[in-house]
Amino acid sequence: MSSETTVIEAKVRGYILENLMFSSDENELDNDASLLERGVIDSTGVLEIILFLEGEFGIEVKASEMLPENFDSVNNMVRFVSRLQGTR
Amino acid sequence: MCGIAGFCGELPVPAQARVILERMIHTLHHRGPDGYGFHVGSGIGLAHARLSIIDLVSGEQPIHNERQNVWTVFNGEIFNYVELRANLEQQGHRFYTRSDTEVIVHLYEQYGDAFVEHLNGQFAIALWDDERRRLLLTRDRAGIRPLFYTRATGNLWFGSEIKSLLAVLPQYATLDPLGLVQTFSYWGPVDPNTLFKGIHSLPPGHILAISDDGSETLTRYWDWNFPSLSEPASASRAYASVEDATVELRALLIDAVRLQLRADVPVGAYLSGGLDSSGIVALIRSFTETPVRTFSVAFDDAEFDESEHQAAMVRYLGTDHTTLHCSRRDIGEAFPQLIRHTETPILRTAAAPLMLLSRRVREEGYKVVLTGEGADEVFGGYDIFKEAKIRRFWAQQPTSTFRPKLLGRLYGYLDHSPVASEALAQAFFKRGLEHIDRPIFAHAPRWITSQRAVAFLSDELRASVGNWDPLTWYEKRLPADIMSWSPLSRDQYVEAKTLLAAYLLPAQGDRVAMANSVEGRFPYLDHRLIEFAARLPPSWKIRGLTEKYLLRRALAGLLPDEILKRTKQPYRAPDSQSFFFDGEPLDYVADLMGGARIRAAGYFNAAMVGRLFDKCRHNRAIGFADNQAFVGILSTMLLDESFLRRSGA
Repeated sequence: MSSETTVIEAKVRGYILENLMFSSDENELDNDASLLERGVIDSTGVLEIILFLEGEFGIEVKASEMLPENFDSVNNMVRFVSRLQGTR
Repeated sequence: MCGIAGFCGELPVPAQARVILERMIHTLHHRGPDGYGFHVGSGIGLAHARLSIIDLVSGEQPIHNERQNVWTVFNGEIFNYVELRANLEQQGHRFYTRSDTEVIVHLYEQYGDAFVEHLNGQFAIALWDDERRRLLLTRDRAGIRPLFYTRATGNLWFGSEIKSLLAVLPQYATLDPLGLVQTFSYWGPVDPNTLFKGIHSLPPGHILAISDDGSETLTRYWDWNFPSLSEPASASRAYASVEDATVELRALLIDAVRLQLRADVPVGAYLSGGLDSSGIVALIRSFTETPVRTFSVAFDDAEFDESEHQAAMVRYLGTDHTTLHCSRRDIGEAFPQLIRHTETPILRTAAAPLMLLSRRVREEGYKVVLTGEGADEVFGGYDIFKEAKIRRFWAQQPTSTFRPKLLGRLYGYLDHSPVASEALAQAFFKRGLEHIDRPIFAHAPRWITSQRAVAFLSDELRASVGNWDPLTWYEKRLPADIMSWSPLSRDQYVEAKTLLAAYLLPAQGDRVAMANSVEGRFPYLDHRLIEFAARLPPSWKIRGLTEKYLLRRALAGLLPDEILKRTKQPYRAPDSQSFFFDGEPLDYVADLMGGARIRAAGYFNAAMVGRLFDKCRHNRAIGFADNQAFVGILSTMLLDESFLRRSGA
């Protein structure tokens, strides 16, 4: 894992723990777990995450990219943000 | 409309009966500011706080029969009292007042416990039969008027609001964790549960009989009931065509409105700008001689405001109209008073503007308002019904890419719509498809979303309810044959028994109107309309994705097209945004949500609440779940401050 993705992962994890799980316990968040299935995010929770990612990482998420596979887990988000930062 | 309170059984010190009754009924002054009445006898104490609406001169309660051996106090209205009285007089009963209350004692003499089946109204009644030494408590069919009871000191105690019981039984001021997790799931405690340990809410449509030996018998006399799908259509309904049903529905609507306009004081109406309340006002205007005085709420925030549609109706019907402009700050500042009236936590703030509106109604000299409450439950108006219809359609072909696209037709009125992204909405609504064969299928997503507030409970409180699950708990209460009903009928039943009876009618209906001594009346909840609509084919309620199809047909010609064809916009108000201004909380919010107070109360995890508080404070809580959790926690803390903490619990 590159240092860039490590930074992204830390920020994403921090945001989800603080703002969606209201917890400080790192053990509660598995990077591969589906946040939708676990009930951590509801439909508007995804919009919150997108707003956070856009603001934090200077990316723009297109409507066609608003797919569960991009935002359903920490690892998916990290991959998605890394890809956008590398290509845009 | 009024407040009632009392007890059954011999008191340890009988001479104190009157003083005790006074202490109870004085807490209900807001329900009945026009005078008090009492009856104390051997083994019984009845108290009444009166809001005089019918028979202003001689309608004081308690009321008795000819021999003075049957006594009653009652809160509400018997709308068909004129017809009942005429019938009873023909059978030899003599009346000493002109009030609707008096029909109760004579009906009881005539029909015994079945008297309640003759009533068309909204009521909570206590009736004492001195010869049988037996108390009856009963509530109306839908649960419009409240009635609470408990057992203590060897007596049964009852009252219109819990505060009347706590006035003499302060030991009951402790929180019931089951009531709290129910509120955080279904939006309100489900009868007989309340937020107070040991205090019960009499379920709607039931009679509780307390005999001389102290034994209790709870009997259901009415319930929402739907036909089995296996019943032949000819047996389940009398309408050969949708045209015939439309004619019958209009006639029933006119009669329901005509009955509910009965009062010896002027009657007003709420006008939200939607189909339901506009329909009521149009019916009054078109089919009665009653002058129409209307009232509405307008919001600064465009997401919640319906004043454009309200203005259209006012112009169309030419009503004398008052608009209450409600700001976020108004809601935040009124919230503590609201919770003192609801006596339960709530998950949304929408009741606060209605409490402020009833104050305005009262200031304008009105004691009675008709509203559109109930139409969505009776005629299939809620998005949850359409959402379930699409999800069921989808579940039949889970691989279909076309079917879930229909979800995009829902929730267009939300700023942060859950269907803003089609793919994400599908992922969200796909959750719970596995419950397709369960009667709570429609409600599972809502209850699971609301339940996110449960995560904020302290470890101790969560442990006290164990692995309580809102889906299985509620399923156990449902009628045994519910799966033989149509899917829409199942959804309507669950909605009527949870959201309507546990939240809308008490917290957003009775309590916020009575807070200012105003009586709400709900023509769509006339039981004849409920029973009529229950027998309709589901496609006459929701046609395609058009909700309340038959109601729209019945109101055609009475309303402008823009109202008649308008898609339902649920009544909502700003939630967590009502408590912060420029990033600063209102003083009481800062105090109650602070770590020290949260820890001292012991209900919630202070660290988690702190994070939620910061999120709301910085206006980052845009979803239902966060907002509901915040409002639910704040209102629980207000309940604690108003009722629980004082007892030292």
